[in-house]
Amino acid sequence: MTERISRDDVAHVAWLARLSLRADELERFTLQLGDVLDHAADVAALDLEGVPPTSHPYPVGNVLRADVPDGALDRAEVLAQAPETEEGQFRVPPVRGEAP
Amino acid sequence: MTAAGPALAIAAAVRGGERSATSVVEESLAAIASGAELAAFNTVTAEAALARARRIDDAVAAGEDPGCLAGVPVALKDNICTRGVATTCSSRILEGWEPPYDATVVGRLNAAGGIVVGKTNMDEFAMGSSTENSAFGPTLNPCDPARVPGGSSGGSAAAGAAAMTPVALGSDTGGSIRQPAALCGVVGMKPTYGRVSRYGLVAFASSLDQIGPITCTVADAALVYSAIAGHDPLDSTSIPEPAGDMSGALGEGVAGLRVGIVAELSGEGIDGDVSARLGAAAESLASLGAEVGEVSVPAAVYGLSAYFLIAPAEASSNLARYDGVRYGLRVPAATAADMNVATRTAGFGDEVKRRIMLGTFALSAGYYDAYYGKALKVRTLVLRDFAAAYERFDVLLAPTSPTVAFRFGERTGNPLAMYLSDACTVASNLAGHPAISVPAGSGADGLPVGVQVMAPALGEAVMFRAAAALERAQADRRPAGSGGATAGSASP
Repeated sequence: MTERISRDDVAHVAWLARLSLRADELERFTLQLGDVLDHAADVAALDLEGVPPTSHPYPVGNVLRADVPDGALDRAEVLAQAPETEEGQFRVPPVRGEAP
Repeated sequence: MTAAGPALAIAAAVRGGERSATSVVEESLAAIASGAELAAFNTVTAEAALARARRIDDAVAAGEDPGCLAGVPVALKDNICTRGVATTCSSRILEGWEPPYDATVVGRLNAAGGIVVGKTNMDEFAMGSSTENSAFGPTLNPCDPARVPGGSSGGSAAAGAAAMTPVALGSDTGGSIRQPAALCGVVGMKPTYGRVSRYGLVAFASSLDQIGPITCTVADAALVYSAIAGHDPLDSTSIPEPAGDMSGALGEGVAGLRVGIVAELSGEGIDGDVSARLGAAAESLASLGAEVGEVSVPAAVYGLSAYFLIAPAEASSNLARYDGVRYGLRVPAATAADMNVATRTAGFGDEVKRRIMLGTFALSAGYYDAYYGKALKVRTLVLRDFAAAYERFDVLLAPTSPTVAFRFGERTGNPLAMYLSDACTVASNLAGHPAISVPAGSGADGLPVGVQVMAPALGEAVMFRAAAALERAQADRRPAGSGGATAGSASP
């Protein structure tokens, strides 16, 4: 049996998921995620030794095709959807926090 | 029905030159406009639809056959990509995005002569059971506007129930086609995983997601299923076997068919009015010659818990792509990392944040084995238990939803209560099996109840066979002229 998820756990998970939570949100999400994980305690408590996992409902293997360029999207059309572009590329703010 | 009528009848009339596609689309657009207060649609593509209708009319006039969906208006859930037409997933984070390509299903609908008239409202990123998680506000249930239409494909189900479009597509990750269909009194079908290409379906949980039809009749669901199913090299999980024509199965009847009522999905937690309709549905199949019995699928009890670990885990990975770099919303900030956080924090609603965090937690070091790892093993048990059940039965029967449509706000404060809406539907997604919700009369307050027919993988034909019989049994009980199911259209 695992312990109930803590505020620190939720704050850590939010950081991993690149989300910023206000104090009241952290409080609320901690309670709500705790409820859902309590419900999942029945699964966590099962003895499933020797049962193989199923990550996919249907047996699938690698699907390969000939390595020939085909069906690429139009660059201009794709870039037209971006918030900011420069010289045919996506533009983002500085990674290190200084002007380039 | 105000607009149009069933898709089979529309397509037959348009192909035969008895009705123009233009007049059909005009009727559909008028119904959408007059039902605007239901908020079923995020986008209506009136001009493009009318232009396409004219081309179909020209084709018919020139002696060409536009296809099995000739002139049929179609609504698409707003997580199905349409080139040059906003595809929002009812989320702020995809604000302004117009996909540079069409989903495979859109191409197939077009090739069959179908006409897309718009994009329907949904729970944000298909996460929810009421459409209340839409960033644009909820869709209202046409049967009672004080109640939710179900979700996440609530807009698609409402469009069908309000006779705006005879055909809508939804997506079903844990019941998101079947549950809203049940709550709105229409037919909703989830195909076998891999039957319908997911290319161009915005990903929620990739091992569970499947596109399927929402229609007013079982025959229309079969027609649309056959039109959109089949192998697609653009989806590596696409099944190579051809999907086949379902029309023959519809009229076969259920004499000798072995029908099992799933004990774990039809007892505790199911409202009495819903159980009563399930019982009546089982009796009607028995009276038509089916061998009806009860069957145990023990792992189904754990299905919901496993689903709410697996689906969020996959979602947390799939939704990492919304980073403000390539499309949609960007909230400016001094650094790229701060921009990512600001964009995701402003762009996602609460339910999406909850699921991303739940999934991230279930996958995180120290918890992976206890949660995600265990859930994947439960998935194996679900498959084994279904396999055992299908040794004794051809199809399985269960309620689609534990309750009739609930009121707005009733479950929004308690995410777990909302998640329980999916209790009867998630097992089919975990197993990758086909399932269909068929209207089965009225429950509390005269609201629709849906009964679910489930079948083993690739068992769409036997599933449609039982569903069509169930629908005919309902129609026979109903007074003449009350609309809905049309047994006469069972074979095209």
